[in-house]
Amino acid sequence: MSRIGKITRRTLLVGAAAVAGGVAFGYYQYRKPYPNPLRDGLEKGEVAFNPYVKIGTDNRISIIAPRAEMGQGVYTTLAALVAEELDVTLEQVAIEHGPVSPAYFNEAAFRDGAPFPQFDDGFLAESLRDVMGVIAKFAGLQFTGASTSMADGFEKMRLAGATAREMLKTAAAAKLGVPRDSLTTAEGFVSDPQSGKRVAYGALAVDAAKLDPPSEVTLRDRSQWKILGKSQPRQDMVRKVTGAPIFGIDVSLPGMLYGTVRMNPKPGGRLKRFDAKAAMAMPGVQKIIEIDSPYGHGIGVIADNTWRAFKAAEAVEIEWASGPGPESSADVDTALEAALNGTGSFSLRTIGDPDVVFADAPRERVLEAAYKVPFLSHVAMEPMNATAYIRDGLVDIWAPNQSPSLVKIAASRVTGAPEDHIAVHTTFLGGGFGRRIEPDFSDYALRLAKEADGRPVKVTWTREEDISHGPYRPAAMGRYKAALDDDGVPKALAGSIAAPSVVASALGRYFPVLPTGGPDSTLVDGAYNQPYGIANYRVDGRKVDIAVPVGFWRSVGFSYNTFMHESFIDEIAHAGGTDPLELRRKLMREYPVALAVLEKVASMSGWGTTPEPGKARGLAFALSFGTWVAQVVEVAETAGNIRIERVLCAADPGILLDPLNFKAQMMSGIIFGLSAAVGQQITFADGTVEQSNFHDYDSLRINQCPVIEVELLENAPRLGGAGEPGTPPAMPALGNAIFALTGKRLRRLPFSEDVTFA
Amino acid sequence: MKLTVNGTDHTLEAEADMPLLWALRDILDIKGPKFGCGAGLCGACTVIVGGEAVRSCQIATGDVDKPVLTIEGLAGDELHPVQQAWIEEQVAQCGYCQSGQIMNAVALLQSNPAPSDDEIDAAMAGNLCRCGTYPRIRAAIHKAAAKLAGARP
Repeated sequence: MSRIGKITRRTLLVGAAAVAGGVAFGYYQYRKPYPNPLRDGLEKGEVAFNPYVKIGTDNRISIIAPRAEMGQGVYTTLAALVAEELDVTLEQVAIEHGPVSPAYFNEAAFRDGAPFPQFDDGFLAESLRDVMGVIAKFAGLQFTGASTSMADGFEKMRLAGATAREMLKTAAAAKLGVPRDSLTTAEGFVSDPQSGKRVAYGALAVDAAKLDPPSEVTLRDRSQWKILGKSQPRQDMVRKVTGAPIFGIDVSLPGMLYGTVRMNPKPGGRLKRFDAKAAMAMPGVQKIIEIDSPYGHGIGVIADNTWRAFKAAEAVEIEWASGPGPESSADVDTALEAALNGTGSFSLRTIGDPDVVFADAPRERVLEAAYKVPFLSHVAMEPMNATAYIRDGLVDIWAPNQSPSLVKIAASRVTGAPEDHIAVHTTFLGGGFGRRIEPDFSDYALRLAKEADGRPVKVTWTREEDISHGPYRPAAMGRYKAALDDDGVPKALAGSIAAPSVVASALGRYFPVLPTGGPDSTLVDGAYNQPYGIANYRVDGRKVDIAVPVGFWRSVGFSYNTFMHESFIDEIAHAGGTDPLELRRKLMREYPVALAVLEKVASMSGWGTTPEPGKARGLAFALSFGTWVAQVVEVAETAGNIRIERVLCAADPGILLDPLNFKAQMMSGIIFGLSAAVGQQITFADGTVEQSNFHDYDSLRINQCPVIEVELLENAPRLGGAGEPGTPPAMPALGNAIFALTGKRLRRLPFSEDVTFA
Repeated sequence: MKLTVNGTDHTLEAEADMPLLWALRDILDIKGPKFGCGAGLCGACTVIVGGEAVRSCQIATGDVDKPVLTIEGLAGDELHPVQQAWIEEQVAQCGYCQSGQIMNAVALLQSNPAPSDDEIDAAMAGNLCRCGTYPRIRAAIHKAAAKLAGARP
């Protein structure tokens, strides 16, 4: 790897392939078809047309949706992409996650901007390429993240349905002795309108699958869509309201043992010594081992049920070594401040020269502000868990995970088993939010399974282990400066952001030998790449070396930068005596997509009308993951507390594949963002995380949940994401509303440090 | 120990202080009640014991002397009206908290057949959802209340 001097996107791709021990593939192989991963797992009478479609002679039609279903609805909408072109209904198909395979690599994440030719704007195209560049480091990986599932699947999954349909028609033409072009397809049948005969797909499948896929098919125009573009009942809904055992934590296998882990709560700290004598004497306890993993150091317990494992883990006497992490949150602040005061920085976008404008600007026209956000935990509802089964040289792992490729790499490292002896089973996920791309919970389960004498072990973490170990959303600080003209419009804006790098931290964990230097565009996401037309503009990022593991948290860099940047835009508006909506209209006048979401949210919220006494509104905007979102938060003062009453949201993802599900994602993202803004923080004392469970790391409850209205537009030039874009604007919109209500400008999160909420 | 769950009598060997949640999940293989926090803070483990919503992670199995109803026992020939309302409103996202949400809602509607928004909020505030399905939970509870009212003679 040392010969990688100049890191280009392509060398990184190939590098990732080498590190991954061959499971990954290089860019040079981009156009090669992969072996169909379904071929080995077919049922009797079943044939596979491509990696996404299986049909049985019994008319069982299966669609592979190879992304994690963690609540965002991909299971249904990905299947809908195939079903639309295959001419089957969602009710008649079985949907499966499918095996881990290179065939399911996330292509959208490394197409290098190619799928977005509509973006003719230089800076947007450039910033998107940068986003993609960072994610490209993951290339070679099957993963769910960066709100890319639909962008990734949009073309290839419709093509999978269309080519299979055409093959079925060719087989039907031969069978019926009629010209192919006279045939029609619907609901799993090929029909000949002339004779009135129809043949079920199952009766054609074996012959059809032997044919070569057509080299060219035309995908249907949106005007012809029957399933896409319309809200579909979620195909996972019935199981989720009947308590079906669909999650990783529900896995149940014959002879299965149960385990848990207790890891050093000081980040990076090792295990000095442990005494398991008392714990081993407890009922049902089978084994207690040391865990020495790239993800942490501690102990693991195997017992005959989860509760006994939990109790035994508590009973182990452990002496932890200190780690390289911060002793206290003050240490974190010091490191962030030092980075802001230092000289090491990278800039991905500089326009004009803000410093010259600042030097010439009268002092009263210059505005400065500093912002601060804490580390955050994901707290997915399903605690981390995985079930591993190692016997006779074979490895099976059931994991609610966002990257089966990373799970497979972990399995290969921990067990030494060759790849074709490792099977990764991706269950439904009880929430992901970026947390479940991490392989740590799989790694630990595999280490325990190695000690389980050929029996499967389900390893479940306590909530306390989850909250106190991260990886976390980074803590960050930002400093912003602007010079306003006579009309209150910024002539120059400069921002500096200091934070630990998510990409460096994550890649360091996943691929320890991969170089992780260089700029991390996620660190400045949401600041440098927003469509504001300001003549002199610079945002720089400063990577801070804090030994706290940080990872991908819903909307990643946007989750803190949008808070800072949009709060500052609001500050500029107020300082310049301009209405916050009017200022954004001016600054984004060249971006009609942005203007349209602004106008929509303005009319939804009654922006411009005077709020009722004791109430106020705040506005924020973000373009993230290809989706343009404007939100207004309305707050009210009740008995000295702030109550979040209403959130209005206008979003434009370009194409709406499932409007109801998209709205649900926006609502979800908003509540996720508000939960963080209102009260969440991970803090350190004595080198240890202070929070441990929902009493000190809570989220919004139903009694705090505002009324949320979402309106959707389709003006954007490309298909944007759904899972994350609802989150970023919620936090600054709330802060801006609190300012409008109280006159108090809150520049640090969570707001509960400064105000109380009803 | 003896335990009646969803109308079936079970005899199980476990410590009397084992939380009901783990007796259900790991011993009786009833996976509807979910482990979320182990401390009665999130409601994912909610079941109904003797008509009352209970956090099964907070009650010792040895203390359970009334029949236990979990989500697996809710539906008869048809899904329970609360489950139907949940489907009609497309409530669930990841779905992990939903067993607990539904059992809590069922208990709420048994004691208060027509709850207001405020009463729903008060009764459901102990059930955490990280996907933010609350607006649809509210709508589904109102819808279920109407269904149940319609079903009554």
